[in-house]
Amino acid sequence: MRRFGARRPDDRRRPAGARKPALRTLARGLRARLVVAFLLVAALSALATAALTFREARTAILQRTQDTAVNALRGQVNSQAPDLSYPPGTAGLAKFAANLNRAGEAAQHWVVHVRYGDGPMVPSLRPGEDAAIGTGVRKKVQAGIAAVQRVETEGRPWLVIGLPVTFSNNTKPSGVEVFARVPLREDEANVQALVDAAQSGALPAVALAVVPALIAAGGVLRPVRELRRGAQRITEGALDTRLKVTGRDELAELSRTFNGMAAALEENVAELRRMEANARRFAADVSHELRTPLAAMTAVVDVLDEDAATLDPDTAHAVRLISEETGKLARMVEDLMEISRFDAGAAALHLDEVDVAETVRKTLQARNWQDEVEADLPDGVRARLDTRRIDVVVANLVGNALRHGGAPVHVAVRADRTAERLLIEVADQGPGIDPEVLPHVFDRFYKADAARVRSEGSGLGLAITLENVRLHHGTIRAANRPGGGAVFTVDLPLRTGGDEE
Amino acid sequence: MSRVLLIEDDRAVREGVTLTLRRRGHEVEAAATGEAGLAALGAFRPDLILLDLMLPDVSGFEVCRRIRATQQLPIIMLTARGDDIDVVLGLEAGADDYIVKPARGEVLEARIRAVLRRAAPADGGPEAAARPAEVHGDLVVDRAGLVVTKHGKDLALAPSEMKLLLHLSATPGRVHSRQQLLEHVWEHSYHGDARLVDACVMRLRTKVEDSTRSPRYIQTVRGFGYRFGPL
Repeated sequence: MRRFGARRPDDRRRPAGARKPALRTLARGLRARLVVAFLLVAALSALATAALTFREARTAILQRTQDTAVNALRGQVNSQAPDLSYPPGTAGLAKFAANLNRAGEAAQHWVVHVRYGDGPMVPSLRPGEDAAIGTGVRKKVQAGIAAVQRVETEGRPWLVIGLPVTFSNNTKPSGVEVFARVPLREDEANVQALVDAAQSGALPAVALAVVPALIAAGGVLRPVRELRRGAQRITEGALDTRLKVTGRDELAELSRTFNGMAAALEENVAELRRMEANARRFAADVSHELRTPLAAMTAVVDVLDEDAATLDPDTAHAVRLISEETGKLARMVEDLMEISRFDAGAAALHLDEVDVAETVRKTLQARNWQDEVEADLPDGVRARLDTRRIDVVVANLVGNALRHGGAPVHVAVRADRTAERLLIEVADQGPGIDPEVLPHVFDRFYKADAARVRSEGSGLGLAITLENVRLHHGTIRAANRPGGGAVFTVDLPLRTGGDEE
Repeated sequence: MSRVLLIEDDRAVREGVTLTLRRRGHEVEAAATGEAGLAALGAFRPDLILLDLMLPDVSGFEVCRRIRATQQLPIIMLTARGDDIDVVLGLEAGADDYIVKPARGEVLEARIRAVLRRAAPADGGPEAAARPAEVHGDLVVDRAGLVVTKHGKDLALAPSEMKLLLHLSATPGRVHSRQQLLEHVWEHSYHGDARLVDACVMRLRTKVEDSTRSPRYIQTVRGFGYRFGPL
């Protein structure tokens, strides 16, 4: 659940990963995997069920057919065998077989062959049907055991039953053997129907499995998606993002953990921000508080300066020192105030369309640097600038160049109208900047030498320069020229038109 | 020289500023609160007021507004910050200029002189005094007498407003950039605070124009500055 009132960033950048998923990632996604797993399970269960059912049913059907046929045959043989003269002749056997055939015609559709001893089958098997009565059955029957076998003849299933005929007074085999071939086509049809039923049941079952699969996938994916959205919102800076926790499962636990993490993060960030704001406010307050006594001191330094000449040398020296340092202190506090305004985001840009050459020239004139600076200022370059801030930038850079490089300092203004950039270059003839120092020249209070000698300025000059350039959406670079000397390049957008920010 | 009323709550600043101004020949009356400053106004009759914005009782803006309700004498704000809303509010309240603390005596002196020059008639010699008043639409501008009337009624213009109007109306139709106006009217450096000009134009328009929405006399030229007319 999102509580409103969070600071939401203006630019709702979609972080990487929030893009529309490609088809391949979709196929590899959780939902697809879950659905496929569900379908596999459903298909396997349906198949297993169908197979087991089929096997059991088929066995049961065939067993029943077999039992029925064997019992019927046994009954018929028992009732017909006494009429058989013994030892039987071929004619007797044929009659016996015909009788048996007739008896089973209606119910069993069997075909009966009879033989005596190792004699031929009566009626004899048609050519091609030799294998219809397997040798296994024959052997068992010869051994006096009733046997049953299922065989395929000419692509049709048959049940072959072999019965040895025993004498009724004892169990000695008489040598007469009855073989009956029962067609199993109807049972096959029954079994086929079973298979069909299993199939037509399994397919819809598998298809229906998609529904619970999707529901389950949804149940898993919704919290996961929520989690992703939440993480994304936190990435965008909405640290008050919380997820709705439903249920008591692992995903709910995960959401709860996420909420805990977000809360901790929010707290930490708030704490950091508070500390930072306090530190900033403190710096600003200190500078501000220093200002009032400084205002009183600064107001009277010229009184001191004027009268110093009339005092005894020591006192005069002390007075001049106080006057001098008061000025430095005032400048430093001024710079500190300026920096804290930048830090607090309270620095406002007052843009005005001005002639750039004139702006730079006035900066040099105001500080009497015309003789020490070679200026290359093309006419007719107009740009929207905050003149007060650009004055600070140019004055800081030129002042720096004069201190470290010495005159003549070269100032150049160049306008690149195609790229819409305005370049201000300040170069000196000095020894250049130590490569180790180069990355730190814009740092606050950075002292180039280890001795930490107090520089002329406040130690904030270049830091303020950098901030002023940034405020104009520009950049500033420091480098050493191949020919010697340092060069600072201010790169600003060249905008014209409009008269207010 | 001139009579300066200083309204400033901090004792050290009050004494320092008083000291340095007295050394420069000004007569200074100092008040620690806004009320005391307003009370001293009648008895002391200053030529100019130095007004601290951060006062304990009545705020500097309020003091400024109350003075402006009756008088058009020059007011310079003393402000601890030069880059925020204070300045804008102070200028809207009718101040002519502002000085950021801490300021050296010579800076105070230079600003005071510049503001006083704004309130004094231009040195045009005897022929300037004999010059007839100019007529611009409904406005009648008497440069010698420093009087501007509209429909026969005198307009109460603060020194900066008067100087700005005179400067612009001297060359009708000509565009002046903010920085140029700062140099001429306020005698600031070229890199001064253009908000001084904007605030002053706004105040002037409320007194001069029939409709501040579509100004007739003081027109804005986007990207360049301001011009008077053309009517």
